[in-house]
Formats: sequence, structure tokens, C-alpha cells
Amino acid sequence: MSVETHEGVHRHPAPTGFIRKYIFSIDHKVIGIQYIMLALAAVVVGMVMSLLMRLNLSWPTTNWPILETLFPSGAPGGVMTPEFYLSLVTMHGTIMVFFVLTTAPQGGFGNYFLPIQIGAEDMAFPVLNMLSFWVTLVGFIVILLAIFVEGNQGLGEWFAALGPSFRGGSGTVGPIGGWTGYAPLSALGRIAGPGQGAGMNLWAISIAIFCVGSLLGALNFITTLLNMRTKGMSLMRMPLTCWAWFTTAVLALLSFPVLLGAGILLLLDRIAGTSFFIPGGLYVSGILSGTNPNFPLHTGGSPILWQHLFWFFGHPEVYIAILPGMGATSHILATFARKPVFGYRAMVFAIFAIGLLGFFVWGHHMFISGMSPYSSIAFSILTLSIGVPSAVKTFNWLGTLWGSRIRFSVAMLFALGFVSLFVSGGITGLVLGQSSLDLAMHDSYFVTAHFHLVMGVASIFGMFAATYFWFPKMFGRFMSESLGRIHFWITFVGVYAIFVPFHAMGIRGMPRRFSSFTEYEFLRNVDPLVMLVTVAAIITIAAQFLFYFNLFWSMFKGKKAGDNPWEATTLEWNTTSPPPHDNFAGVLPTVYHGPYEFAVPGAPKDYVMQTDLEAEVPGENGHNGHKH
Amino acid sequence: MGRVLAVIIWIITLLSIAMFFNRKWWFPEGISQHTPAYDRQFLITILVVGLSFAAAQLALGWAVWKFRDTGKPGDRAVYSHGSNRLEVVWTVITAIVFISLAVMGQSVWASLRLHDAPPGSYTVTAVAQQFQWNFHYAGADNKFGRTDPTFIDDGSLNFIGLDPEDAAGKDDSVTAALAIPVNRPVELRLRSKDVIHNFWVPQLRFKQDLVPGMEIKVNFQANKVGKYELACAELCGQLHFKMKSYMLVLPEDELSALQALPQEQFQARVAELLNKYPLETN
Repeated sequence: MSVETHEGVHRHPAPTGFIRKYIFSIDHKVIGIQYIMLALAAVVVGMVMSLLMRLNLSWPTTNWPILETLFPSGAPGGVMTPEFYLSLVTMHGTIMVFFVLTTAPQGGFGNYFLPIQIGAEDMAFPVLNMLSFWVTLVGFIVILLAIFVEGNQGLGEWFAALGPSFRGGSGTVGPIGGWTGYAPLSALGRIAGPGQGAGMNLWAISIAIFCVGSLLGALNFITTLLNMRTKGMSLMRMPLTCWAWFTTAVLALLSFPVLLGAGILLLLDRIAGTSFFIPGGLYVSGILSGTNPNFPLHTGGSPILWQHLFWFFGHPEVYIAILPGMGATSHILATFARKPVFGYRAMVFAIFAIGLLGFFVWGHHMFISGMSPYSSIAFSILTLSIGVPSAVKTFNWLGTLWGSRIRFSVAMLFALGFVSLFVSGGITGLVLGQSSLDLAMHDSYFVTAHFHLVMGVASIFGMFAATYFWFPKMFGRFMSESLGRIHFWITFVGVYAIFVPFHAMGIRGMPRRFSSFTEYEFLRNVDPLVMLVTVAAIITIAAQFLFYFNLFWSMFKGKKAGDNPWEATTLEWNTTSPPPHDNFAGVLPTVYHGPYEFAVPGAPKDYVMQTDLEAEVPGENGHNGHKH
Repeated sequence: MGRVLAVIIWIITLLSIAMFFNRKWWFPEGISQHTPAYDRQFLITILVVGLSFAAAQLALGWAVWKFRDTGKPGDRAVYSHGSNRLEVVWTVITAIVFISLAVMGQSVWASLRLHDAPPGSYTVTAVAQQFQWNFHYAGADNKFGRTDPTFIDDGSLNFIGLDPEDAAGKDDSVTAALAIPVNRPVELRLRSKDVIHNFWVPQLRFKQDLVPGMEIKVNFQANKVGKYELACAELCGQLHFKMKSYMLVLPEDELSALQALPQEQFQARVAELLNKYPLETN
């Protein structure tokens, strides 16, 4: 494959107008920033929702006048209704999983840095890339609409013109179903209670749109990585970030279509009267199916089918969220440890193993669903097997740090935080992955603790690390390290203070998705923990404003950064900060070395860039053909 | 900075472990035949989890404590791309530990899920509906009356759709609380009228979904008389958090006396028994 074909096919001139440059841009760097901005907006919505949930759980009967002002029907008298709380649960999960954890790590940083790190001028299909962002944005607008259509009477009425199932205005901020939207609750429509009308339709539509956007993105990532690597960039010379983004794209390509199909079937059940997920003979809110126009005849559907389809997507989704964070962590650890990644090949195999096994473990979400108890045994053993490549990654991160010379930048602190949190969150998978122990732990706060630490917080730490690390490249300026350190310390301690007590609550038996725990005597002794978590959450959330301030302030006022401020080795540090429109100003780099050549004996500096023609790196003789 | 981080990581590790091994927030006392095996498997697993957690955090803390960049020229990191031997060692060890745990855990699963209830079990049908539990008892004839959704009428309190024509159903009773005998196998047949619910008594250490369109059987044996809280643990709509009831574990004679009563007296007697027994929360 020659460099010339790349240029012939993919070069597009730099746009001049504002709209083509910053809005409808086909430049992967702009699109990457757009994805990051989308995630930054979405995460605020999700975070505020979690704060509201904590208020309700800690002070279930206290009157908060501000709540009544903001949500007159959701919090009459300043106290949240149960349906309002449950819609917060649903939307917090949906927005965080789809529009934060799936957009920023892959669509954001992946889009920006994958082409540069492999030495390409852009993605393989720049217009498709633009389209995938805009489709995703439409998905986000639709999910916001789901908030307002349920929260606002007028809008809810207006939507009713589309059909009876589209009526909203139930005084919530969205549907009630959890981010997993289990049928038949999610499929029955308004008869099943508040939050089952227009909001649920828009929820399903939003997810379906999101799936399309992610699919387009995944195709682009895979094609770009396979076809557009620059001269000398063999697969095993790619940074681990690229392996992670590539594997994530493969997972997305194979799992999102299943969710797309499931979402469409759910919509048909809701709107067209089909029965994919609704069995016969249901009696809901005093009405038997088929005896009333509000509840048409349904028969023959399977609620468990929804769970299989959802989790066939849902489990790989966990890895879609975390793999880019793993990639960024490996990359940043090596850079600031000034040491090659320990066991590069093992890391690549581990990423692949996690991706592959990730498709065979979805049943561990369904141990108590009523599916065959024999399949649970298989799913259980496969699930614990996936712990092996995860542990291998942890060992290799520790191996990378061993004998290193660490520079404690904020990016490095967050990468180290990622390792700590990934271990803490991941290790409890040993409990939940056993079908027998899941019997009691299922749907408890123990589960909430597990996935928030490993998929939520660890992934976000990966993204924080990536932001502090790549910001100088993206904007030509540094973020403030002092503000960043304060942000790190509060967040690191804060997330542990929030999520470690969740485990104890779960062991005690506290179920998830309860708007109040005052009904149950056996849970009285966890009240102090509930309060501790709320206080920690308020402090941690407040600290995130430091990050936002730092981010936007530094874009304009941060200290100027050079081309390679961290003394790193990979291709993104071979170009200007920020890179020109075509990334390398018309001359694609040639690669001579592996991605993490730090502390090479005999080299003049403690790092050898991938493009360094002169450097001699031990053990590379087989690959040095390009030199001559 | 590295030392501060190391100390913080170690403090977090210590506090987390303290929280796990402080028995204050532990399971309520188990009361069924399989709970000792469950608790043992949980303890073994949590020990493995705790040890791995502590070892990894200690090592991470040690690495950031020890290996700092001094800024001195020539003071470089160890140049190493890894060790295949180490990779093999830790892959094999974790595989053995993790998969052994998975295999060991299967006995608890098998004892609860792979065996039908033994003959002579006391059988109760649970029919969940949005925010309410209905437990259906066979009555003096030990035969369940026929049910059909077309007979369901919440208005006239026929919550589970008992066929009024079926003789076997004449002596059946339906109550919101679950009453079962102590020290005798119990079979629960779990059904739902509307959406998915979940049967959860913490002292029994198992959850099971009640899925509309399916009848799912579970069996267990409770060995301690008393009153226990029963919750729905699967999001079922607006008042999910209030879908609460009680499980009464009764001495055999008290239960057989109850079983012989016709519907109205049955319900009244259950109400008395709910008052008689104090709530077990430990």
C-alpha cells in the first residue's frame, strides 16, 4: 500500500467558511471535538439528575422549594413523586451510557486521534463521519425531547396528535423503565402507568437513532485503521489506543444492530399493536388485554426475548465504554512512566480476548430472569473467564510502572486513578459473575457499585486523563495543572466515598431503583451510609465545575504548548499543536519504531519517536528495513 | 506527589476493607437450608476479592511511592518490553483462581435451581401485579382451583382469576402475605399478571423474577419461625418501592390450622399472625 493512493483518495481542501469549518465539518478533528462537546453537555444533564436522586434518597420527605419551582408536577410541595424519581433513574442511565460513555471515548478522542496516530490525513469516509455525528446529535435531541414531552403538559398534548401512545405529560422527566427498558413494562404503553407514553416512544426512537450513528462511526473506524496506516505503521507498531478504538468499533459494529432491531420491535409493540415482547392474557391497571381500546389484544410475545436482545448489545456496550479508557491509560502510563508498555503483545491479545468473550457473557445479566438454569452455568463460567484478560491488563500496567521514572502530571494522576478504579470496580465481578452469588446480589446496590466504578467512573477517569493529556495537542495550550490536581484529588477520593458504601448497602440487601427505602425495616441500619454517599456526591459533583472552568479557560488563556510538550513518542506529537487541516502539512510521516520506546539504552534522549530515522532500538532488526 | 497518592490509595484500601469486614452492614441472618452454603461461597469469594483488591492497590501505591522521575540526566527507567514468562504465570494463576471460583459456586446454584421440589412440599402460587402480592393457597383439599385471566376482576377482589365454577377452588385462599411451614420444603410457583416483578426476601438469599406468561418454580426450606419483609426487586412501575409484603414462617401445626380455614377466616388469621410475630430484621 503506497502513500500516493492515500493522497489521491482522501485529500480534501481545507474549508474556509465558518459553517463548513466548525459546524458541518468533515474534518475528523472538528468532528472529534463536536463529539466531546456533546458528551460534555450530556454529562451535565446526567450529573444533575444523579444529584436530584441523591437529594430524594437522603431527604425523602423534606420540602425543597426549588424543586417545586423547577418541576411543579414532578415535585409538588417540593417533594419528588416516585415516578419523577424513576424517570431520573432511567434518563441518568440512558444519557450516561449512550451519550457520554459511548460518545466521548470513541467518537470524541478516537475520531480525533486515531487517524493522526496511524499517520492518515483523515478518516476513510469523511462525509460519513460527519453524518455519524449529526445522527448522534439528533438522537440526543430526541432524548431531551423525551424529558420535555413528559415534563410539560402542553408538549405532551401536542404529541398526542401522533397517536394515543404518543401522549405525554405525566409529570416526569422521561420514561420509567431503567436504561434497560425491560418489557413488557416498556412495551405496554400508558396503561402501565405514568412515564409509559410519549417519553418511552421517544426513548426507543432516540436509542434506535443512536445505534445508526454508532454503526456508521464503527464502519469508518475499522476501514480507516485497516487501510490507511502510513508507511511503516505495521499493526504491531500501533499505539494501544488504536487497538482499543479498533476493537471497540468491531464490538459496536456487531452489537448495535441487535439493539437497533430490538428497539424497532419495541416500538412496533407500542405503536402498531404487535406482540414481540408482550405475552397473552395480561391484566394491567384493571383491564384485560383485548377488552378495551386502550389495551389491544396481545398474545404470544416473550419478555425474556427483550432481555436477550438488549443484553446481547448491553454487555459488549460495557466494553465499548471501557476499552478506549484502557487504551488511553496504557498510552499515558507509558508516556509519563518514561518506560515502554510492559507486555505490548499481551495487552493486544487481552483487548481482543475481552472483546471476543464480551459477546458470550450477556446471560449473566439474566441469571434470575427465568431462563434455563443450565445456560446460567455456562454464562457464569464464561463470565469469570473474562476476568483473566482484565487481570492480565492490570498486571501489565503495574509491570509498566515497575522500575519506571514517573512524572506526575494531572493526566498521569488520572491514568493511575483509572488503574485503581478499574481494579476496585472490576474485581467485584467475581461475585456478580457467579450465578449462585448473583441470586442475592442481583439488582442490588452491589451491582450499582460494580458497574458505576468500572464502567462509569473508571471510563470517565480514562477520559479525564485523555483530556489533560491531549488538550495541548488539540488547542495548542496546556490546561492548568494546579486546578487539575485539585480536581483529581477531590474526584478520586470522592468517587470512592460514593461507591464503596454502595457495596455494603447491596450486601445488606438494598434493591436498586427504589425511590424511597423508608418502607423497609431491615434497611434502617444503612441510613448513615446513604447520607455519607449524598454528601460525597455533592462535593464530587461540585469539583467537576473546576474541570469545566479549567477546560474552557485554558482554551483561550492556557499556557502555550509546543508540538511535543510531554516528550512522547507517537505520531500525534510529530505535528503542530493543533495539527493542520490535513494533519501532517502534506507530508505523511514514515514509521520506524514501536509506539513506546522510552528509556532506550544509548539513545540521546529518554524517548525515541516512532519517526526517528537515526535511533537504534534493540531487538528491532527485523523491522528496520524501511531505514535504507 | 507520588507519596501522597500512595498514602491516599492505601488509606482508601484500608477503609474499604474495614467497611466490608465490619459486620454491621452484612446480610441479615439466613434462614433457609441453602443459606449456609451461600454464605460460605460468598465469604470465600469476598476473601479472594479482598485479597486481590488489596494486593493490586498496595502494589500500585508502592509503584507510585518508589518510582519517581528525579529529573537527573541519565537516570532512566528500566528498559523492558515485558516478560513472556510472567505473562504466562499470571494468566495461568488468575485463570485457575477465577474458574475454580465459578465452578465451586455452581453447587449452590444447582441445589436451588436444578432440582424439583421433593414430594410432600408445601406449594404456594404467587401472582404478582403492579404494586401488590397475591399468594394463592390450595386450601383443605390441597388442590389449586383453576385460574384464567378472563376471570380476573380486581374490583371484586378476584385478583388471580379463580374460576368460580371449579370445585377445587372453593376452599382456596388468596392473601397478600406469604405463609409457609418451617422445616418443610416449600415450592413457590411464580407468575405475574402484568409486568416483570421479583421475589426478594433477604433472609432467603435468592431473587427470582416473576415473568408474565411464564410460571417459574423455585423451592427452598425455611428453618426459622418468624416474620420477614418481602420486597419486589425488579422495576415494575410507579410504586415499585411500595410493593412490599411479609413472609411468615410458621410452626407446622399453626400452618395446618390455617390451611384448613375458608378464605375469609384464612385472611383474618393471617392478619392475626402478622401481629403475633415480631419482624425479624437481623
